[in-house]
Amino acid sequence: MDRNNNLLYTLIAVLVLAVVLAWAQTGLFGLVSPWNPYTVRIMNLCAINIGLGLALNLVNGFTGQFSLGHAGFMAVGAYTVALLVMSPAAKQMNFFMVPLVAPLDKIQVPFLVGIIMAGLLAALFGLLVGAPVLRLKGDYLAIATLGFAEIIRVVIVNVKGLTNGALGLKSIPGHTNLWWTAAYAALTVLLMVRLVNSSYGRALKAIREDEIAAEAMGINVFYHKMLAFVLAAFLAGVGGGLQASLIGSIDPAMYKLPLTFQILLMVVLGGMGSITGTVIAATIVTALMEILRFVESPLTLGAIHLPGIPGMRMVVFSLLLIVVTLFYNRGLMGDKEFSWDLLHSRRQTKQGVTQ
Amino acid sequence: MALLDLKEVTMRFGGLTAVNSFNLNLEKGELVGLIGPNGAGKTTVFNIITGVYRPTAGKVYLADEDITGFRPDVITKRGIARTFQNIRLFGSLTVLDNVLVAQHLRLGASPLEAVLGLGRYWGQEAKMHERALELLAAVELEAVANEQATSLPYGQQRRLEIARALATEPKVLLLDEPAAGMNPAETVDLMDFIQRIRREFGLTILLIEHQMRVVMGICERIIVLDYGQTIAEGPPAVIQRDSKVITAYLGVSADA
Ligand SMILES: Nc1ncnc2c1ncn2[C@@H]1O[C@H](COP(=O)(O)OP(=O)(O)OP(=O)(O)O)[C@@H](O)[C@H]1O
Ligand SMILES: [Mg+2]
Repeated sequence: MDRNNNLLYTLIAVLVLAVVLAWAQTGLFGLVSPWNPYTVRIMNLCAINIGLGLALNLVNGFTGQFSLGHAGFMAVGAYTVALLVMSPAAKQMNFFMVPLVAPLDKIQVPFLVGIIMAGLLAALFGLLVGAPVLRLKGDYLAIATLGFAEIIRVVIVNVKGLTNGALGLKSIPGHTNLWWTAAYAALTVLLMVRLVNSSYGRALKAIREDEIAAEAMGINVFYHKMLAFVLAAFLAGVGGGLQASLIGSIDPAMYKLPLTFQILLMVVLGGMGSITGTVIAATIVTALMEILRFVESPLTLGAIHLPGIPGMRMVVFSLLLIVVTLFYNRGLMGDKEFSWDLLHSRRQTKQGVTQ
Repeated sequence: MALLDLKEVTMRFGGLTAVNSFNLNLEKGELVGLIGPNGAGKTTVFNIITGVYRPTAGKVYLADEDITGFRPDVITKRGIARTFQNIRLFGSLTVLDNVLVAQHLRLGASPLEAVLGLGRYWGQEAKMHERALELLAAVELEAVANEQATSLPYGQQRRLEIARALATEPKVLLLDEPAAGMNPAETVDLMDFIQRIRREFGLTILLIEHQMRVVMGICERIIVLDYGQTIAEGPPAVIQRDSKVITAYLGVSADA
């Protein structure tokens, strides 16, 4: 009974969200979108960051393996999409120093194919990186993943015939819209909910709780860590690809530690091991990122004149992180999840053991 | 012939020989006690059997298969389960999830089937739930199935560890000081419980225990370790009168 109600609520919520998205993206029933392109862009970024945050949470929160390699996989996805969906003419304009290697200079594929390739290639990198580093634990794992992300970046800077080096790539076709980003976020949420609540999800959490006990219970620890890591790399690749097509230009300097840190911030703020937490925190942080742009521009408050300080936003976020971890030391949600039952808590009687 | 067979197993940590030329023959259905003063090497024997340590020398056989150096998860799949001296539950998971995790090794469905919720997966998941609840009922923990594992009192945590080990469907069960921290009433219950699960699940059990009452009460055979060496072996009545055992215990600790 309750179950049916909850399903109904969920369907209604999804429908409302879809209508809002349709309205924002294309206008509705002849009404033009009241949302300006800037707002729509922020909504796109929110959705992408939800997916990216969940992917990182799968490894860092649910499996307990502290990885700092996210930006590397995003870079792989971003470059894959850019090189696959740009027109040959646009490629020629970009690669004026060193020509792009054949046959990539002639290839152009549909966006969907590019996005899937981005995920698959990032997953392949995840497999190659994961094989050595997932044998490490704690700090060593964090440093090794960070190192690999940096290697990916340095390779991108230097393989000019493939990536255009430090110049980056410009005029990437802007296929990304709310349909793509919302689908990415929604499918990632769905995937995470299903995975985390499955037998595999329990195995991942068991590894987080106690690796030795997990092994003693017959869980192949390395295989399961790899599963989480490669899946996260796939999702990071897709997210990176969508982001590249949204922003329109990419360069290797974008994919440094601060990018990973920004996603990590969302995961930690929301709560390691909470899907709901990441969704909420990714939305808030992304929106604040934009709203707080003013703190980096010159300010005049009456007689006081403040020069613009680049990076001030990250200072604000770091302070926010400190405050949240002090007062809610496990993030906004801890490892709790949203459920409709929480809303009308009166019905929340102590549940029996009926599964 | 023996179900679990350890041949001349030696474990050195640097200069320390924790286990020295240790032999063990566990016949199917036996309940054998492993005792000895602190630091005698008992837990190290468990760690060797379960693949946590690879022995410096010697072999471990399970049903005549050489399992020396196998990964711990592979050994568990072969049919050896254990509990830990210092309880190692999956703390933030529920009691039920702790038992479910231990059945994951027998799940046939792939991650894709699990995520997509394909037919085979749901059937297996439903069976796992049913089995988990049966096991929790067997250890009288079904009432706390949805509680967080670490919220349980000590005695219940020990029982949960045993239920979790049973969920892997072992042939051989290794119990590392299951009565530690239990009060006398709980200890008596535990003795009954161990004998009951041995019958019900057709188990072969190796038991490490400091409380002599437990070991002498339920084991058919006892092996005494001291400084990694077997100093005596035999039925409880013989061990109790063995002069070497008495010296070893009085020499090191008086809690026997
Ligand atoms: N990983 C290790 N590295 C170094 N020394 C170890 C290691 N594991 C165990 N030891 C040492 O081996 C010896 C045997 O330890 P073990 O834990 O097997 O003893 P035990 O018989 O279980 O003792 P207790 O009754 O206190 O549990 C001890 O001296 C211990 O310090
Ligand atoms: Mg011990």
